[in-house]
Amino acid sequence: MNLFQDALAWLTDPERSAGPNPLVDRIGEHLWYTLLALVVSALIAIPLGYLIGHTGRGRQLAVLGSGAARALPSLGLLTIFTLLVGVGNAQVAAIAVFVILGVPSILAGAYAGVEAVDRTVVDAARAMGMTETQILFRVEAPLGLPLLLGGLRSAALQIIATAVLAAYVGLGGLGIYIQRGISLRTYDEMLGGAILIVLLALAVDALFAIGERVARRAIGSGPTRSRPRPDRPEPLTTDQQSTLEEIR
Amino acid sequence: MIEFRGVGKRFADGTDAVIDFSLVMPSHQVTVLVGSSGSGKTTILRMINRMVDATEGEVEIDGENVATLEPVQLRRRIGYVMQSAGLLPHRRVLDNITTVPRLNGMGRATADELGLSLMDTVGLDRSLARRYPHQLSGGQQQRVGVARGLAVDPNILLMDEPFGAVDPIVRADLQAELMRLQRDIGKTVVFVTHDIDEAFLLGDQVVILATGGVIAQKGTPAEILANPASDFVADFIGADRGRRSLRIVEQAGRRIVVDGDGRAAGVLTDDSAAR
Amino acid sequence: MNWVAANLDLIVELTLTHARLSLLPILIGFVIAVPLGAFAWRFRWARGLTLTVVGLLYTIPSLALFVLLPPIIGISFLSELNVTIALSIYAVALMTRSATEALESVDPDVRGAAAAMGYSGWGRFWAVDLPLAGPVLLAGLRVVSVSTVSLVTVGVLVGSRNLGYLFLNGLQRGIVAEIATGIVMTVVIAVVFDLLLALAGRLVMPWTRGADGGRTRRAARRIALTEGPA
Ligand SMILES: Nc1ncnc2c1ncn2[C@@H]1O[C@H](COP(=O)(O)OP(=O)(O)OP(=O)(O)O)[C@@H](O)[C@H]1O
Ligand SMILES: [Mg+2]
Repeated sequence: MNLFQDALAWLTDPERSAGPNPLVDRIGEHLWYTLLALVVSALIAIPLGYLIGHTGRGRQLAVLGSGAARALPSLGLLTIFTLLVGVGNAQVAAIAVFVILGVPSILAGAYAGVEAVDRTVVDAARAMGMTETQILFRVEAPLGLPLLLGGLRSAALQIIATAVLAAYVGLGGLGIYIQRGISLRTYDEMLGGAILIVLLALAVDALFAIGERVARRAIGSGPTRSRPRPDRPEPLTTDQQSTLEEIR
Repeated sequence: MIEFRGVGKRFADGTDAVIDFSLVMPSHQVTVLVGSSGSGKTTILRMINRMVDATEGEVEIDGENVATLEPVQLRRRIGYVMQSAGLLPHRRVLDNITTVPRLNGMGRATADELGLSLMDTVGLDRSLARRYPHQLSGGQQQRVGVARGLAVDPNILLMDEPFGAVDPIVRADLQAELMRLQRDIGKTVVFVTHDIDEAFLLGDQVVILATGGVIAQKGTPAEILANPASDFVADFIGADRGRRSLRIVEQAGRRIVVDGDGRAAGVLTDDSAAR
Repeated sequence: MNWVAANLDLIVELTLTHARLSLLPILIGFVIAVPLGAFAWRFRWARGLTLTVVGLLYTIPSLALFVLLPPIIGISFLSELNVTIALSIYAVALMTRSATEALESVDPDVRGAAAAMGYSGWGRFWAVDLPLAGPVLLAGLRVVSVSTVSLVTVGVLVGSRNLGYLFLNGLQRGIVAEIATGIVMTVVIAVVFDLLLALAGRLVMPWTRGADGGRTRRAARRIALTEGPA
């Protein structure tokens, strides 16, 4: 556990705030890149996901996207994009990769949220005279919000993790401590950086968890998403009904 | 008045759900469509508010072909109540009831007032107004559904097995409530059920459907009972099993009505005393 | 393409190593997670805790785990064991959730019917619950498999030799083809594993072919869509 004490000492060293490579800056960078990429991904993915969910067309795209985002190695994408746009433009390359990896989760969340809405509810809304846009924004979007937030949560975590690797293409952020720690064999720095990264990820995760909970409550669904009732209980046959009446 | 003239519906997958259906549903009366599962009842009902578009023939409301009307506007002036209520789970009872008036631009305060009075109309306690649908019983949800259907004071009310998912006791309650309501408001009601007893209870006009929306018989309950047009109808209304034939038996000086199985159905009294 | 032709041996060697490195975490994940998931499913009190812990585990970014794990369990940073154990942890974390959901997706009516026929306890678990949860378990396993193959590449940063080597080396030497080859081969391994798993699923669960699984199918699709490690 000695190593962890060293890491703690490293984290609390005044050098961390006064020195040439202050923690706050790195944390700020990490969060900023994450936020930026998350917003860009959301702007692309949410409209697309809603469109797929509402029309039911292009589901394959959502499935394919999720599969691809999982299969593509993020380190590979980072390095190849960096080479392609030139090492001086690491930021552009990194953000592009973050967006590529962030879009599928958000798309899946938006799509799954809309699709999970009980079809009879949508049907009733349409029968009442809601326009398609009203159905999407007043029924499907609010009811699908928890799942959308789930998608944003996965995307945010994916981006945070990829941003750690982005230190290797010269982006900065918290990954820089791990990168330097490993190459210089300074264990305190590497562990300290890793601890910070974990804390950051957990904090963001918790934030989204709270958001999801609030959303669930706001849409008035029960505490847990209970099993859907079979939407159509077998109708009684005339015979069964007369039997029932006789019992009464 | 709603009129179907030679209406057919073929779904995209080639299913002929309704074939050459013609019927007049008179204003201010309850027309009940009854038939077994898959006979096309829902399809016929939904062609009235263009949730389904007819592929053949015309559907007219007071002489206006619905195909020429804008679906959203059409739907907003027709009440629709369905089996599982289809309430918006993220909106409170009151907001569910007033959804369409609000969409039509009614102010919140007026709408809430209207919603509360509709709750009275359908026999819902006002204290339930702030609840979410999942906090209501099935019967209560169904009443909210009816209140919502009435919210724009539509001339036409479409009801698709509205009481199908509640237990028989609650159903009887809701049926009685609907009859009382209809006496007051006199809407043009189209009611779908596969329960023949419910059809006879509620219908001014009962239409018995066979597969493909083919009319096996139509008429008042009395007409159909008096003269089933075919074995299919007789079977469907249970006449052949003697359920519908009642006889009178004298016992202890009173006249008891007994059904085909010999079970007592009630006591016969003078007409004047019964009313 | 010159680079590929000149380095075929390296590519083959790295691909095989990569596949081998991926295999163990996937297997370990499955073997540990299914009982764990069943446990969380069976005992309500264990559920919240188990699912929270595994949820937190796969929140941890991979490189941070590679760095933190060795001092915690007392192994060397650069040992192959490090990557294997870290990826097994992810696999367990992902798979446990899927396993719980898989068991939950079993139609309660079917379970009830099985109980009525006289199945109980373990008998019912093996004969009814587990097979019926199969399609969802498989969906979870496929997610684990694809993610693991991709995550192995990060191991190169802590000295593991795999296809990720081509990324670092390609970056340093400025060879796009080298990195592209690494990406393509990683995806190829993932796809091959995925096809093998799908095939195995068809052999082991012949009843799922063409059947409309209803609840299970929906749960399987949800997992395939939304689960994934950070
Ligand atoms: N969207 C659709 N696409 C294809 N076929 C449909 C569609 N909707 C209904 N059908 C078919 O049309 C026929 C009539 O269906 P409909 O829903 O009108 O029956 P119903 O009388 O209301 O039955 P139920 O009592 O079960 O509600 C059935 O064979 C049904 O399968
Ligand atoms: Mg129907």
